[in-house]
Amino acid sequence: MGGYILKRLLLAIPVIFGITVIVFLIMAMIPGDPATAILGSYATPDNVAKINRDLGLDKPLVTRYFIWLWNMLHGDFGTSFSLNRPVIDEVLERFNNTLILAGTSFVMCTVLGIIAGSISAARQYGFADKAITFVVLLGISIPSFFLGMMMILFFAVDLRWLPVSGMYAIYGGGDLPDLIRHLTMPALALAVVATGVVARLSRSAMLEVLRQDFIRTARAKGVGEGRVIWGHALRAAMVSIIPVLGIQAGFVLSGAVYIEIVFQWPGIGRMLVDAILQRDILLVQGGVVFVAACYVIFNIIVDVAQSLLDPRIKT
Amino acid sequence: MSAFFKLLARNRMALGGLVVMGLVVVLALITPLLPLIDPDVTNTADRFQPPFSPGHLLGTDQLGRDLLSRLLWGTRLSLAVGFAAALFAAVAGAAVGIIAGFYGGRTDNVIMRGVDMLMAFPYILLALAIVAALGPGLVNALIAVSVVNIPFFARNIRGITVGLAHKEFVDAAKLAGMSNRRIILSEILPNVIPVIVIAMSTTIGWMILETAGLSFLGLGSQPPQADLGSMLGEARSALITNPHTSVIPGIMILIIVMSINLLGDGVRDALDPRLKSGALSRPMAATRVDRKDKPAARTQTEGLLSLENLHTQFHVKNRVYKAVSGVSLSVKPGECLGVIGESGSGKSVTALSIMGLVASPPGVITGGAARLEGRDMIGAPYPELRSLRGRRVAYIFQDPLATLHPLYKVGDQLIEAISCHRAISKSDGRAKAIDLLRSVRIPNAEERIDSYPHEMSGGMRQRVGIAMALANDPDVIIADEPTTALDVTVQAQILSLLNDLRRERGLAIIFITHDFGVVAQLCDRVAVMYAGRIVETGPTMAVLDAPAHPYTARLIACVPELGAGKRKLEAIPGLPPSVDELPMGCAFAPRCLRAQEACQQGEIALAGEDTRAVRCLFPETTLAEETA
Repeated sequence: MGGYILKRLLLAIPVIFGITVIVFLIMAMIPGDPATAILGSYATPDNVAKINRDLGLDKPLVTRYFIWLWNMLHGDFGTSFSLNRPVIDEVLERFNNTLILAGTSFVMCTVLGIIAGSISAARQYGFADKAITFVVLLGISIPSFFLGMMMILFFAVDLRWLPVSGMYAIYGGGDLPDLIRHLTMPALALAVVATGVVARLSRSAMLEVLRQDFIRTARAKGVGEGRVIWGHALRAAMVSIIPVLGIQAGFVLSGAVYIEIVFQWPGIGRMLVDAILQRDILLVQGGVVFVAACYVIFNIIVDVAQSLLDPRIKT
Repeated sequence: MSAFFKLLARNRMALGGLVVMGLVVVLALITPLLPLIDPDVTNTADRFQPPFSPGHLLGTDQLGRDLLSRLLWGTRLSLAVGFAAALFAAVAGAAVGIIAGFYGGRTDNVIMRGVDMLMAFPYILLALAIVAALGPGLVNALIAVSVVNIPFFARNIRGITVGLAHKEFVDAAKLAGMSNRRIILSEILPNVIPVIVIAMSTTIGWMILETAGLSFLGLGSQPPQADLGSMLGEARSALITNPHTSVIPGIMILIIVMSINLLGDGVRDALDPRLKSGALSRPMAATRVDRKDKPAARTQTEGLLSLENLHTQFHVKNRVYKAVSGVSLSVKPGECLGVIGESGSGKSVTALSIMGLVASPPGVITGGAARLEGRDMIGAPYPELRSLRGRRVAYIFQDPLATLHPLYKVGDQLIEAISCHRAISKSDGRAKAIDLLRSVRIPNAEERIDSYPHEMSGGMRQRVGIAMALANDPDVIIADEPTTALDVTVQAQILSLLNDLRRERGLAIIFITHDFGVVAQLCDRVAVMYAGRIVETGPTMAVLDAPAHPYTARLIACVPELGAGKRKLEAIPGLPPSVDELPMGCAFAPRCLRAQEACQQGEIALAGEDTRAVRCLFPETTLAEETA
């Protein structure tokens, strides 16, 4: 197992390397002059030349790439000009907040989606199946940002159950119950779409498995129907559900951008959108590379979980 | 193609989606013709008018612009952008996919590694990076969304192209000296286009959502132009004071995406051939029972297990397949009954019906009884049925690689067979499981108990299947072709093992097979099935020596004999009849050399003495002669 994990990690290195190349190339497409964008009305020729020298923009593209890569390997992602702060500090702080939000959503969508999909399959064509199918369809069709706004209107404005936005109360907040109160709505809004997708997939995976001969064997042994569904069938269905969870994590992370804007959540998605509007290129570059690398690592964890679950996979 | 549209039309949800989508598209197309107020004319005196205000059916926004007009123009823009993004992604993705798939080798490798790399991004990061580089704007958002979706198309199309690139017609075109470009355009592309169109139709909703999302973030369409996303984005600041400005565009996006999803699902279902046959339904915990006449729940029976006039059918759409039509048989303790017939004769269905294990849907038990010591199990409630399964009546199935759970250790599967009928401690369970493995002569049982099924040989797995059936000392074992997947020596070992177990434990065995050789080795009595009925029954030796039914005679003639000289092996001409359209009278008549007109004119009864009977008007040997 250790060897397998090591192999997967080594294979991830070229992928992360490729990601840095893609991000760098996209950023190099920027029309016009970043220095002008940074300086705005202070863009005198002298100032532009100085900024270009400071940022290394006077050097050739390839050299610039390797300088950037080398610095990143040393933990130096550059300095954000709009925040006047090291990129890595800002990224780590914001990413931590995003992880709280997206992580909660991810757990919710996994658990709820698998349960809903399994019930749906076990009760195929029954009332529960039809109800779940409809809710799932609604869930995957509603834009998460719209859902978030409607939740604010209903739960925060009308019912006054939950705070409208933010991560902590401005006065006297900061403890865990406060965080949970602030987290509930955005995490739920973010989880809805992914839950729908996971539920659909789980349903079809369970239907596929329930037709297999080994399910009939379990029933022939006298295994109770509850254990047949939640034990034998789900265990086998997880083999095809887990790989999709890795993809879903990417969707949750992506959806987090919208949810962070709607709920004023101080996460990395909001940071990226602000950075784009400010044309703070180093911050965008650093943020994207960091999150993408984390996503690659997460997918390795998913693969390892898969190999633990399925003894037939050679590790 | 017409079948496809029929299926689609039958799906009411998909049809609903199609109608709604059609309405939205028509509305978007005729928007310029409608007598609408200019969507960009501001009138700050009239800001935030509620819906149904005079002159503004849906009210006005924060700048006093007419919301109805903005909604329709915004819908038009969103649809156009979503469609354009899907088209762009499809064309670019298809080009990449076709090139990679057609040329293969290094080209393929390099391209697909690049595609993998793009897929390593959570999609929005890539889209944001592209917008960051190009600057906010609707066209740039469109480019970003398209680029992000190129890998999806490239992968799909490449897969299909790889399949096509090795087909005969492509080889023929190459031999004819056509250039690669012409082959791609005239041979590959026409075959790939349907796939592209379908993939596109299923992703359009997604594209609309994505571009709306970027506009919502302020990175897409820029004021005063507005698509649905930016309308929602602008309305957000007034969400609490004037929710209608947010609700209206939001609902519109929901309607569009939902109708596309409904339609997409319908298309997918209509295209999936497995759904057409209705095969993708899961079997329930017990076979559905729908008997017109309910037999007595309890009567005195002679055998330990006996079937009375069992009928099992498969109801698929409007067709009824009569898999078992009136089978009666019984076994006593210590006795082995062989049930023999070709595949499709209904022998397995008969066996599975006993414990309600016929897959249902589509299976339905429509008549008869299966009695264990007189108690009818077919009408029994599920908890009772479950407690009998494996404890009193156990099954051994064919092909243990498919019938054992692939992800559980064989030991755990054995222990479970015990523990679902009585509480047993972990260590006792393990000890008992090792005993069971030993009793079916598995060497190193202590080690084998921790193996997974895929780590064992076919013969070993079959032994595990037998051990599992023995776990609770059942009274009856139903063995459904347990040796069919095995080679001859292993088959002989398994048969002698079963024979020993029967003698030692006084088991009653119903042994299902298509092989008379196996029946001769193991069974005391035999019942021959054809097209869902028993056509002949009797003591094994009597039937083998003097088969009465022509079908039995032909089956026996199929068995090769060692050292029997140059006997001609005869296959039976023709195929068994389809059990949804059984002919009148004898079902074997069309394949039978002795058949006469009378054979197909009416029901033929199973006639004979109590143990020896045949369903034939012109038997090979008359039973009376034989007994005389």
